[in-house]
Amino acid sequence: MPYGPHTADDRERMLAALGLTSVDQLFEDIPVALRASHLDLPDPEPELELAARLSGLAARNRTDLASFLGAGVYRHWSPAAVDQLLLRSEWYTAYTPYQPEISQGTLQSIYEYESLLAELVDLDVVSASHYDGAAATAEAALMTCRVTRRERVLISRGVHPHYRDTVRTYFEGGLQLDEIPLIVDGDGAGTTDLAALERMLAEPGLPVAGVIAAQPDFLGLLEPMPEIGRLAHTAGALFVAVVEPVSLAVLAPPGAYGADIAAGEGQPLGIAPQYGGPYLGILASTDALVRQIPGRLVGMTSDRDGKRAFVMTMRAREQDIRRDKAASNICTNQALLALAASIYLSVIGPHGLRDVAALGASRAAQLEAALAAVGAPRLHSGPYLNEFVVRVPNARAVHRRLLDAGILAGLVLADAEPDDPSLSDGLLVCATEVTTSAEIARFAAALGALIGTSVAEVVR
Amino acid sequence: MSVTGERLQPTIFELGRPGRGGGKIPHPPKDALDRLPSEARRAVPPGLPEMNELDVVRHYVNLSQLNYAVDTGFYPLGSCTMKFNPKLNEWAARLPGFADLHPMAPDEVAQGSLQLLWELEQALMEISGMRAVTLQPAAGAQGELTGILMIREYHRARGETDRDEVLVPDSSHGTNPATASMAGYRTITIPSAADGGVDLDAFSAALGPGTAAVMITNPSTLGLFESRIGELLEAVHAAGALAYMDGANLNAVMGRFKPGEAGFDVMHFNVHKTFSTPHGGGGPGAGPVGVGETLIPYLPTPRVLREDDGTFRLERAHERPSSIGRLRSFVGNTGVLVRAYAYILAHGGPGLREVSDDAVLAANYLKHRLSDAYDIPYDRPCKHEFVASAATIKKHTGVRTLDIAKRLIDYGYHPPTIYFPLIVEEGMLIEPTETESVETLDAFADALIAIAAEAAASPDLVTGAPHSAPVRRLDEATAARQPNLRWRPMTGAQTPCPD
Amino acid sequence: MVPTDLRYTTDHEWVRVEGDEATIGITAYAADQLGDIVFVELPDPGRAFERSAAFGVVESVKAVSDLFAPIGGEVIEGNDQLAGSPELVNSDPYGGGWMVKLRLSDPGQLAALLDADAYDALIAEG
Repeated sequence: MPYGPHTADDRERMLAALGLTSVDQLFEDIPVALRASHLDLPDPEPELELAARLSGLAARNRTDLASFLGAGVYRHWSPAAVDQLLLRSEWYTAYTPYQPEISQGTLQSIYEYESLLAELVDLDVVSASHYDGAAATAEAALMTCRVTRRERVLISRGVHPHYRDTVRTYFEGGLQLDEIPLIVDGDGAGTTDLAALERMLAEPGLPVAGVIAAQPDFLGLLEPMPEIGRLAHTAGALFVAVVEPVSLAVLAPPGAYGADIAAGEGQPLGIAPQYGGPYLGILASTDALVRQIPGRLVGMTSDRDGKRAFVMTMRAREQDIRRDKAASNICTNQALLALAASIYLSVIGPHGLRDVAALGASRAAQLEAALAAVGAPRLHSGPYLNEFVVRVPNARAVHRRLLDAGILAGLVLADAEPDDPSLSDGLLVCATEVTTSAEIARFAAALGALIGTSVAEVVR
Repeated sequence: MSVTGERLQPTIFELGRPGRGGGKIPHPPKDALDRLPSEARRAVPPGLPEMNELDVVRHYVNLSQLNYAVDTGFYPLGSCTMKFNPKLNEWAARLPGFADLHPMAPDEVAQGSLQLLWELEQALMEISGMRAVTLQPAAGAQGELTGILMIREYHRARGETDRDEVLVPDSSHGTNPATASMAGYRTITIPSAADGGVDLDAFSAALGPGTAAVMITNPSTLGLFESRIGELLEAVHAAGALAYMDGANLNAVMGRFKPGEAGFDVMHFNVHKTFSTPHGGGGPGAGPVGVGETLIPYLPTPRVLREDDGTFRLERAHERPSSIGRLRSFVGNTGVLVRAYAYILAHGGPGLREVSDDAVLAANYLKHRLSDAYDIPYDRPCKHEFVASAATIKKHTGVRTLDIAKRLIDYGYHPPTIYFPLIVEEGMLIEPTETESVETLDAFADALIAIAAEAAASPDLVTGAPHSAPVRRLDEATAARQPNLRWRPMTGAQTPCPD
Repeated sequence: MVPTDLRYTTDHEWVRVEGDEATIGITAYAADQLGDIVFVELPDPGRAFERSAAFGVVESVKAVSDLFAPIGGEVIEGNDQLAGSPELVNSDPYGGGWMVKLRLSDPGQLAALLDADAYDALIAEG
């Protein structure tokens, strides 16, 4: 066994102390009828061979593409110090800090994470993190129901489709989730339809607990968040803002426009895409809602000698104590990822973070111009930060051809949002500080060539 | 001797100074943001600290040294399975081919990861005896929710909407009833039998047409195998309910017991327990879920599929119409699952069985060594963990399990799990795992025995512990009554900056 | 010895009766078992509870306990001092640590409560 220390002598010694001759005797309490015989898995693979196998699998992924794909996960440069520090085993092989005296590293790092995110979102209470942006949004939705004692939540179709699907799954137990449509035409196309929202809030007999909208929205557009919040509050509902943390360096934060709760995905803060996770679910609220926020919270206190120290607090809210009355069953948080985000923010600094956002915006404007010049204009006209939709006939076929040419041309919206016919020819593309002018030129040239080609040739 | 480093640190906010740092990102053009409407722009910049890289590095290195970790020392935490975290797995997860892959990249450029995930599903099916596996849930608790939601959908599809109860033993982990509540069920708690196992009569009496499911941990949270599990599963199915197994304790029975073959309908795995993925100070983990034939239609989408030509792809939404939907964004915590995959392949079938054999042997050996100095409530062979109690010590000396746990820190150990499961008075749940040497086990036993003696001879030493940690016992009451959850510049005046 | 002018329940609550009003709290024994109280969740005035219904929650650092109505009634007021000073439950459980005042729905239910001696005997065994 690769990591086990026991020699045959060790095992004999332990068995002898127990007065036994075989370890089988310790498994006699498994009823005979239920015993398994063996595991039909290959033999153990020595590290040398296993490493080759893993390298081979990794090589079968293509990560050398010129990528313009965002859609909730963004490529950023993670400064080298981040991963170097994360490799320290005292961080990643430590357990949950239930014994605070010997976990001050983890505890302080979580407190610092809570404080850093509080600055970004401009809300007072930040939880020690959730699984991902989708789970955080679902927990936020459930919070609005608990707080208002109402059973209906409205979620804009501008929120990421995976997040909407996740909230829907969490909501199956008698709570109602309704989607607010997006404006189809005109200047506000692609953003939340405020008139529809107002109608939905006024529906008799169906009081709304919470209204959820994203900034920027899934299509990259900027939403009228203060107006959405005002409408929600007027109807006695809470307002949940789903946000992207890098954008908060330059966009107004949820606390500034009256959001009660903020949720979002922390992956852009120095965390690699990793084909799906682990990521970092951000959840924050006003102080008034602190008792309703699920998950772990770390606070500052002192020890019996008066020294500053950090501890998990308000624990009685959590599942191991509240059990069936807990607000959530959440046990694990994403501690290591929260640490990664904190280190990223510490290394990059506020000016650096602003530069990341601004450079992405600049490259995106460049991308927009380059694509429009070859016949792929933006689908919408409203302002965006660094992600937007371009109209490309036969988008799916074009995307495939570009992929063959080593270009990952964003997301085919016909697949991601099949219920929205206005997006059927859309590609959702983005640029960040790592997108180069050369990549933009290559994308534009290849796309231009395809757009200039006949439909039949593209599809072939 | 301190069990960790000593250098308490100011917060990063206290370390930053305006003008420090920079040099990581090129400067954007000055007009980069001009096209954004001013009402959408941030008026007040976030108060993030400005630090130079050396200070950041020192801060996080010194903080890390305040942590106890598996790589530092023994962590006998029952129910957590704190085994060694193989370094090959860290290397593998960081391979750029794995790390840099976007989760919405088309299937054809993700063949390596898709193959890995598919093979991992197959391996978990073999280990558990289940017929299908989803790798989507981000943690064990999310796996539990997945399982219970699938059960709910199963009953709903059969028109059995009156089933609104979930039965759990009183020894269950808190996530079980919390999960049941999240799914809209009422939890009925069934007291355990005197021997620590499920009380079959009590369960049978509670089972009925209102029961949707039972949630059982096997081996139980007391580290005992449920010998009556066969009868219990029969009774559950006879009542028309389904059986969920909390797989947290799978480390005890690999190669010896397959829950799917025994009759469980669904279970979750904790890869950060059984399959060695690191705990990370509280996460991330992953909680794959295995199901029997009955629940396959309800699995979350998308699953990972293998085509006849040997390529792999993600299932599309319409291909599983009865699915309960998504529990999270994207396909799963692939970065964690790469580590679990490597672990399983490193061990193979024989290796995993040996893992369980050694885990069980080590626990029984340790239990034997402690059986004079401590109460052992359940006097029969345990599996990978066991409960010891300080009830007698408390009666004679007033010293409690909490004090003994804190005193272990002075001896250089992380305390075991204490006061769980709730049904044991002054309980300690001890799980050595299979990766600790006999010398470590003996030294730990010696320490606990010495502390028992201290409790009688010099109890203040124990009740005042820890004496050698960087901080001593904390004022948790004030932390809860007047929570300080966010750094503000004035905060430093209230508790001194350690500097 | 617990105050003799109060009545008690097996769930370790006390009741002070004045006319048709009852003030309710938890005993020193309960507060001691729970440890440092950090939060008390009380119902709003006007809410009605049957005997034995859960009307609130008391949280300590490491535990949480439901509060069960010893008798049925309608909430007149909750002790809003406890929001800022939950420690009153530990330091003054029978006085400043009181939790709710109810208007009794059925004074006959008082007969089922324990007197001080019976309660003392109960915790002596425990």
